[in-house]
Amino acid sequence: MVHFPKPAEGSWTEHYPGLGTGPVSYKDSYDPDYWQQEIDAIFKKEWLCVGRVERLGRAGSYFTREFPWAKRSILVVKDRQGAVRAFYNVCRHRGNKLVWDDYPNEETSGVCRQLTCKYHGWRYDLDGSLAFIQQESEFFDVDKDSLGLVPVACDVWEGFIFVNLDPEPQQTLAEALAPLADGLAGYPFGEMTQTYEVRSEIDSNWKLFIDAFVEFYHAPVLHQRQAAAEEAEKLAGFGFEGLHYELFSPHSMVSSWGGMSPPKDPSMVKPIENLLRSGLFGPWDKPAAVNDNQDLPPLLNPSKHRAWGIDSFVLWPNFMILFWETGWYLTYSYWPLGPSKHLFESTLNFAPPQNASQRAAQEFAFSTFKEYAFQDANTLEATQTMIESEVVDTFMLNDQEILCRHHHAAVREQVKAGGRPASYPWMPGTANGA
Amino acid sequence: MSDTATLPADFADLEPFVDWALDTWRERYDKRLDSTMAEMQAFYDAMMPRLAEILKYCDSFDLDDLPDDARNLLLLTFSMCEASFPVEAWRQPRVPDSGSADLEMVREPPL
Repeated sequence: MVHFPKPAEGSWTEHYPGLGTGPVSYKDSYDPDYWQQEIDAIFKKEWLCVGRVERLGRAGSYFTREFPWAKRSILVVKDRQGAVRAFYNVCRHRGNKLVWDDYPNEETSGVCRQLTCKYHGWRYDLDGSLAFIQQESEFFDVDKDSLGLVPVACDVWEGFIFVNLDPEPQQTLAEALAPLADGLAGYPFGEMTQTYEVRSEIDSNWKLFIDAFVEFYHAPVLHQRQAAAEEAEKLAGFGFEGLHYELFSPHSMVSSWGGMSPPKDPSMVKPIENLLRSGLFGPWDKPAAVNDNQDLPPLLNPSKHRAWGIDSFVLWPNFMILFWETGWYLTYSYWPLGPSKHLFESTLNFAPPQNASQRAAQEFAFSTFKEYAFQDANTLEATQTMIESEVVDTFMLNDQEILCRHHHAAVREQVKAGGRPASYPWMPGTANGA
Repeated sequence: MSDTATLPADFADLEPFVDWALDTWRERYDKRLDSTMAEMQAFYDAMMPRLAEILKYCDSFDLDDLPDDARNLLLLTFSMCEASFPVEAWRQPRVPDSGSADLEMVREPPL
């Protein structure tokens, strides 16, 4: 039964002719050769989000990011002018990793005046230039100006820091994020600085977790027992239908209803949710940052439905932002560690709480998020092992799973092109489009 | 938990559960996994009727300057966030079917 209108073609999927409706091979999610092609054509070519500017408080603040899939370590630093810069984390002298603590393979952060190599004491200014060589006169033909840290392309969108390993990126960050760069600009990200950040190594291909988070078809079933019993039964009978799906290939989004924050009837939710006024959709009471800013960015709540609850955006290739109607946002990042392994990172971002009740409501939202994530993550490992068995070689995707179909297709197009393709066969108005 | 104070006098009935006043999410989650359902049910039953009063009491202070005993009360509330799932939903300490799934807390808001 259709509760929310679909496009004139009869389905979200057929709205994009060329995307297909048939069964889909998941060989792209375990084949080692394909995984390497993804690294080369996608992860080494695209702008990748490495964190928020709030992590870099003052000049000299820095953090490192490990990219084992590229055998690279990235150093992100705020320079004296306040600009965010990124460098490869390697000393020009003899290749020691420049910044690390205790364990060279672990990420670190801190504040410094200069970046000093702990091996022989070479020092670099915050703009990456080589400032000091220990016993410089012992060296031959030194040209310090040519021995700065090797830069990595770095840019900031709405406070999110992105790097690009391509020495000459195909596109600027704004071009790469279009039309989301403008369509999501203006959201009060910078006011939501109360952050929980978690990570987990998951024994599945990176795309499988994106699949799990871009469809809600699974929610009434896998997460059934999270809801109050009567409500769960109703939800399972109802199933899931999105309010709206849209492809901005290679980006995409799904808009979903909410309506439980606060619920119409207290018996719809668990007892503690009524006391803490919080749940999966976040604290029930909106922060001032969102109350005062009722003009949401143009791409949010595209159907303008009064039951709107959440929009999930995939920012190509491995970053998601989820906007909750209740006034907070969630991010997911998926870093490939191998054909059957990835690092999952998530942040929950709230406006700073004004009192203990608000603080407790946020804590409960985090606790609830984590219960769901555990169920999702473990299911992925069960899926990964079975697609690898190759007992079944193609799988069924329904209309509510259009973003799964799309993400795999967009990966395929980019692998084929060896970089961001000029167009996508299913996108109207592009060279190959219908 | 702070070393000096435990709980405000009005909440002395919760003293038997003060070992749930733990500073980090990891400690609170581990305590949940290490507890029996009977222990968690007892904690839940003691806390639920007091939660509204606890929040009202803690809200009377500046969140950045909570007295130690109020802070402990709020930490007990955070532990309730964890204990409520086994009691209200799962009937077991772990999330069903969550197997070896775990999360590392990289950063959490201080209290």
